[in-house]
Amino acid sequence: MAFDLEEQLDQSRRVGFFTDTSICIGCKACEVACKEWNHVPDDGLDFTGWSYDNTVGLSADTWRHVAFVEQRKPLGHQESGVGDMDFRWLMASDVCKHCTHAACLDVCPTGSLFRTEFGTVVVQEDICNGCGYCVPACPFGVIGKREESGLAAKCTMCYDRLGAGEEPACAKTCPTDSIQFGDLDELRERAERRLDQVHAAGTTSARLYGHDPNDGVGGTGAMFLLLDEPEVYGLPPDPVVTTRDLPSMWRHVGVAALALLAGVAATAWYGGRK
Amino acid sequence: MITEPASQTDVRMDGSAGLRGEREATPGSAGRRRERLMVPKADFDSYYGRPVLNEPPWQAHDIAGYLFLGGLAGASSTLAAAAELTGRPRLARVSKVGAMCALGGSLYALIHDLGRPSRFLNMLRVFKVTSPMSVGTWILSAYGPQAGAAAATDVSGLFPGLGRAATVGAGVSGTAVATYTAALICDTAVPAWHEGFREMPFLFAGSSAAAAGGLGMLAAPLSEAAPARRAALLGAAVECAAAARMERRLGALAEPLKRNKLLRFGEVLALAGAVAGITAGRRSRIAAMAAGAALLAGSACTRFGIFQAGMESANDPRYTVQPQRRRLAKERAERDLT
Amino acid sequence: MDLRWPLLRQLTGGDRTGRGPAAKSARTEALRARTSTADRVVKSVCPYCAVGCAQNVYVRDERVVQIEGDPDSPISRGRLCPKGAASLQLTTDAGRRQEVLYRPPGGADWQPLDLDTAMDMIADRVIATRRETWEQERDGMRTARTMGIASLGGATLDNEENYLIKKMLTALGVVQIENQARVCHSSTVVGLGTSFGRGGATTFLQDLQHSDCVLIQGSNFAEAHPVGFQWVMEAKARGAVVIHVDPRFTRTSALADLHVPIRAGSDVAFLGAIVNHVLENELYFREYVVNYTNAATILREDYRGAEDLDGLFSGFDPGSRAYDVGSWQYEGMTAAPASGARDQQYGQRGGGAPPGRTEVQGGTGVPLEGRPERDETLRHPRCVLQVLRRHYARYTPEMVERVCGVPRHLFEEVCRHLTENSGPERTAEFVYAVGWTQHSDGSQFIRAASILQLLLGNIGRPGGGIQALRGHASIQGSSDIPTLFNLLPGYIPMPYAHEHERLCDFLRGDAPQQGFWANMPAYLTSLLKAWWGEAAREDNDYRFGWLPRLTGSHSTYDTVIAQLEGTVKGYFLLGENPAVGSANARMQRLGMANLEWLVVRDFNLIESATWWQDGPEIESGELRTADIGTEVFFLPAACHTEKNGSFTNTNRLLQWHHQAVEPQGDARSDLWFMYHLGRIIREKLAGSQDPADAPVLNLTWDYPVHGETAEPSAEAVLAEINGWDAQGRPLSGYGELKDDGSTACGCWIYCGVYADGVNQAARRKPGTEQDWIAAEWAWAWPANRRVLYNRASARPDGSPWSERKRLVWWDAGAGEWTGHDVPDFEAGKSPGYRPAPDAAGVDALSGIDPFIMQADGKGWLFAPAGVVDGPLPTHYEPQDSPVANPLYGQQRNPVRKVYEHADNRYQPSGNEPGASVYPYVVTTYRLTEHFTAGGMSRFTPYLAELQPEMFCEVSPALAAERGLVHGDWATIVTARNAIEARVLVTDRMPSLHLDGRVLHQIGLPFHFGPNGLAKGDAANELSAISLDPNSHIQEVKALSADIRPGRRPRGPALPELVRSYQQRAGVDASTGMEA
Repeated sequence: MAFDLEEQLDQSRRVGFFTDTSICIGCKACEVACKEWNHVPDDGLDFTGWSYDNTVGLSADTWRHVAFVEQRKPLGHQESGVGDMDFRWLMASDVCKHCTHAACLDVCPTGSLFRTEFGTVVVQEDICNGCGYCVPACPFGVIGKREESGLAAKCTMCYDRLGAGEEPACAKTCPTDSIQFGDLDELRERAERRLDQVHAAGTTSARLYGHDPNDGVGGTGAMFLLLDEPEVYGLPPDPVVTTRDLPSMWRHVGVAALALLAGVAATAWYGGRK
Repeated sequence: MITEPASQTDVRMDGSAGLRGEREATPGSAGRRRERLMVPKADFDSYYGRPVLNEPPWQAHDIAGYLFLGGLAGASSTLAAAAELTGRPRLARVSKVGAMCALGGSLYALIHDLGRPSRFLNMLRVFKVTSPMSVGTWILSAYGPQAGAAAATDVSGLFPGLGRAATVGAGVSGTAVATYTAALICDTAVPAWHEGFREMPFLFAGSSAAAAGGLGMLAAPLSEAAPARRAALLGAAVECAAAARMERRLGALAEPLKRNKLLRFGEVLALAGAVAGITAGRRSRIAAMAAGAALLAGSACTRFGIFQAGMESANDPRYTVQPQRRRLAKERAERDLT
Repeated sequence: MDLRWPLLRQLTGGDRTGRGPAAKSARTEALRARTSTADRVVKSVCPYCAVGCAQNVYVRDERVVQIEGDPDSPISRGRLCPKGAASLQLTTDAGRRQEVLYRPPGGADWQPLDLDTAMDMIADRVIATRRETWEQERDGMRTARTMGIASLGGATLDNEENYLIKKMLTALGVVQIENQARVCHSSTVVGLGTSFGRGGATTFLQDLQHSDCVLIQGSNFAEAHPVGFQWVMEAKARGAVVIHVDPRFTRTSALADLHVPIRAGSDVAFLGAIVNHVLENELYFREYVVNYTNAATILREDYRGAEDLDGLFSGFDPGSRAYDVGSWQYEGMTAAPASGARDQQYGQRGGGAPPGRTEVQGGTGVPLEGRPERDETLRHPRCVLQVLRRHYARYTPEMVERVCGVPRHLFEEVCRHLTENSGPERTAEFVYAVGWTQHSDGSQFIRAASILQLLLGNIGRPGGGIQALRGHASIQGSSDIPTLFNLLPGYIPMPYAHEHERLCDFLRGDAPQQGFWANMPAYLTSLLKAWWGEAAREDNDYRFGWLPRLTGSHSTYDTVIAQLEGTVKGYFLLGENPAVGSANARMQRLGMANLEWLVVRDFNLIESATWWQDGPEIESGELRTADIGTEVFFLPAACHTEKNGSFTNTNRLLQWHHQAVEPQGDARSDLWFMYHLGRIIREKLAGSQDPADAPVLNLTWDYPVHGETAEPSAEAVLAEINGWDAQGRPLSGYGELKDDGSTACGCWIYCGVYADGVNQAARRKPGTEQDWIAAEWAWAWPANRRVLYNRASARPDGSPWSERKRLVWWDAGAGEWTGHDVPDFEAGKSPGYRPAPDAAGVDALSGIDPFIMQADGKGWLFAPAGVVDGPLPTHYEPQDSPVANPLYGQQRNPVRKVYEHADNRYQPSGNEPGASVYPYVVTTYRLTEHFTAGGMSRFTPYLAELQPEMFCEVSPALAAERGLVHGDWATIVTARNAIEARVLVTDRMPSLHLDGRVLHQIGLPFHFGPNGLAKGDAANELSAISLDPNSHIQEVKALSADIRPGRRPRGPALPELVRSYQQRAGVDASTGMEA
């Protein structure tokens, strides 16, 4: 390709989230604080029966979402006291991953989505024309299109607060510091230390998610410590930024276009003028 | 084995070095869990069966319609150029006019799909090679005027020189219009679309050619429609071949495609139309028109089918999770080998 | 910025792919955080639970634009739970009511009414009803009161507001003044007060970080107090063990090391068994127990306990359903309690004949005459420790399995963790909430924990103590400055009617002669001076006679009965929603339907304001709107950002919140409402010669007002609460209070909050700049102490028990007590001090008596007085229980308060015929996402969407047994009512195995009601009015019920369903009424 699709990110200035689900109490303060700060509209009053989750998932109107998973599995050495089965109750606050290679950003035709000076990915309300391309592009199902406004919306990592030197609303309000905000490199080291600590404490099912710069999206700006497989929380186990294959796609398109040209020409000239 | 950290609960002024904060708490570490029966693992996990991806906010009649009309327009322009250069003025004219109308329809569909149609021109703020929609917008803005000029000059008979140039220009750029839409849908996380990106451009090219041929057979006199008949046959063949290869390669992920009735119906129509065209369509105008209509309908069905199958694959977490799981297992296996 | 076409920027600039700066818009460039563009930041406090998280309120153009946690707070460290985070929407949402509404008698709908007219009408109603119902005497004893007016609410209000409510209504002769503290934590005041001397939590949240074992029982800490829970995690990070004992596996259990499922209402058996384990294995902290508790004290010979009398104690009179507590006393001494029933021995200890009943005064301090006999070898068969040993001998692990359904290995784990983490080097802390208080013997649940913590030596020490988690922003404050019928400010008992009772008689009867309560004369005199100023003189008993008298229980539940009987005609609801939040919600509404007038002050149209229009009884056809004669006034209330005032958090910490903006429309503070209502009434009564009006007309009621709304100065009220000397100088501590009328003080325990004329509650020195005590953040009663009884953190000789757990100690060199915290002891009293035999008052306490409010200075393992249903906690079954008491023949608490009424039927229990009709145990609780009866959460979109509908939690086994479908509907039925709820089938609701049977429990959140955004039937439709005799708290944590699939019937079919259940169970007026 004429262009190098790889974005050159200034890692040194990059900030992000580390969400440690092993100390999440599922209070949903992050959901509310986010909505208060960003004026995100409420998202309907539906009882789902999905444990204590009634906001279902990330969308244009839910930028932080707490998942609740009841499992017949053990949590480290915890004695759950629940019947003959093991039992644990997982809670995890999900958020936009602010990917190193962000598909939503790549495919946005208007430049509404852009990479900020903090390495985050933000939608510009005044630019977005609601083409909706970013929605199917996101491998995490984060970004959505808002009914009323017709515009795309997702977590901005409180871009305006970062500009004022403040931490995002969700991280600030988190009662147990399950949501941690900071310099991405520092968070990555902290996450790895924390993983060792949790493993040592007996919760061997713990693993990090989004911390690996070599994964399909080049690592994320929002890392997680999970206690089970990602898909259990509704996260893709091995997400890949769709534009990774775009050069190859363009090549195939080019060949197909030439083939079309040649084919049609052939149909006209074949056998002279009959 | 219980690994409790050494107690730090003694009274000391806060902030003393090495004092652990609550973010270092390890719930469950001090219990004495007794072994219990394990629950067999489910074949695949999901969050209450909820899709991993958010459903594309696209209306079928807009986007699938755009895929069809864009393809028809592009391929028709190419056919028109070929016809004109080989002295088939009436086939050229119907193709140009058809391309013009199809283009109009496709633009309408495109803009209608926007949340803020008034901001359509924001598409021209930037040129993003990473965004097929951006690239496509620029392609359209190059192709549109030429296709328009080609049709206008032909119908009006004015500026024949300019008209010919525009016709050739539209004919060449038309191939891009007809095929870039494959990249448009493949460049998403929608499993059935993305994974099919190797065949999708050919499938679309074939489908476009079949549609353009169908239009030619429908509207042009038998005497000039030979290229249309051959284009239709060639297109239909390529379309079906591409589809077959895609479904083979995608494996389990192809289920939504294989299940899709519109796709199957589209192939049937396309093949039937093409064969009928190349046979009865040579002699009977009626047969030609019927075959042409079938080809157009077939192409439309194919595009709507592809669209549906993609949506279905996006709305079932299994199509997102399982391929990724398989990929991870493969990578792990490879790592273990080395 | 560069405003050229972005494409040009892209092609010419560094951003070739157009994904960065090139794509940035002018608007984005200009974006600023509204926190950084605010005109001012106002310091405030969260209005929801009692953790007391500090808030920063950002104001721009006189509008609140953002509310966030204040990182300076040592308690919350800048964090907020979902409710706190939603307080911007709570206070600024367009849905909030801003206009006065009026419903005339029989009216079908609301009418607008202007505020001034409304106030004038309300004043007229108060005056008329008061005249009409004035009661000068009852049974020849002066009562000087009106039983025609009642008030409910105050825990959500400021201390200053509660003070004006109590002051004005008491002067008007209203005694039925109550608030949420009655229905939430009244048992705490009795339980902790009688055990230790003060009715508040013994420690503070941040100190959890020093705990080696945190036992959370009767509390869902992480869900109900999320921000406070960070300190449990802090303890966990530092090596603590976290245990959660609860019927349900909750969000607290999910973070614990050990979750122990238990049958709701069986906690006394569980705790009693731990006591037994500790005693039998000699695991108690001997030196602590011998010196600091009454373990060595010898009891009278005629005392008999539950062990001897199959569940009863000596002195029980079945006729009056009351105990004569005389035989529970110490040998050689008559101790009066620091709390609880302090009028009990009025007869024996002065004054005229006792009123005969055992009314309760939650509160403090023990009168004590003589010295008790002690045996410090603890071998004497009648010493408290041996009595304790015998009492709990039958509380074995087997019994725990049979009574609580707790498997033996889990029980033993709890015992191991608790005892391994107690002693000189380690400390364990108990945390509880209303899961313990709301039982027909709730006070005894708290007593049981107190006994255990005393035996383990955990009281008064860092990381130890008992943490009572309260659930309203100022529910501690509304107990300290009590809008409660039985108390005066500072836990001074409200006087009962006795013949010719004068101040001295009252004090002789109710005030201890030893310990700090011996100073009650100074406290009470100063209060009377604060209320009646110049009019209160020594020659007129400081107008002690102007206080209306009690003649029994006048709790909110007695008020409901009185409403139904037609005695109560006027009712104030000040930020409380009894139609959802109080037991037997239906009766609450029927009572209100019998009123002449009702005043509701709230943010929204809560169920208690609209029951006459769309209440459940209207739907069922039991009431017709047109037939309801109640006149209803709805007055919109100002919220915490719209007024100045102080909240007292769950750890006795007074925190001032500053006004950020003016209230909108007709919204006003309750300070404004009470002050101006009083002003108008006084104007209307001016010149009256009626002696009944003298207390009102002579009341000190001249507070400065400011602003266009004429808002009274909250700081002036705080100054009066703090008190001043004869020269009007602010007092700096209760030590300065005199009984000669030279000092005035509105609440003696708050004396010092306005020391030096400075609002100490407004202090905001950042926690990061202080140690964990954070003594300069706000102000805690008493005397800014954070850990009560902290003298016990040192050995008898004054040195710390251990280096690890040092808190306060005796500095021999300086000759005073010193340490991290303010010593809860006379600073100069050396450990070696021993009182002379004739010593009285505080001097009667020795240098090793850490519980200075107690008459004997000791922590009470055994309560010789104050707790009317027994000196030692004993397991009784709940009023309605499917289980027969395995421990004693006595099924229920013999002196519990039950009310025979057609709308308050009880159910057969245990082995009684018909008990199987209601086979399951129901327990009620809070969710993180909602607040109490929902007035501050169900109307708030961001909270409503998180938990949008009433649901019930059941185990898979129960679902199978009853055919309940997950996500579908179920109907829950008791003898009172039936409700419907969505079904959550979950492993978190374990079925219990006890006594060879499987027992299923049903979980019901109690927040929901028909109004607002998040809707559903109220759990309290199911509960009955059956009360703890000490605290008058209702039993809503454990009741029995049936559950069936499908929605409940509508219309008349609903009461029909309830009746059919009653018939099947053979329920009648006598069911469950026996002693």
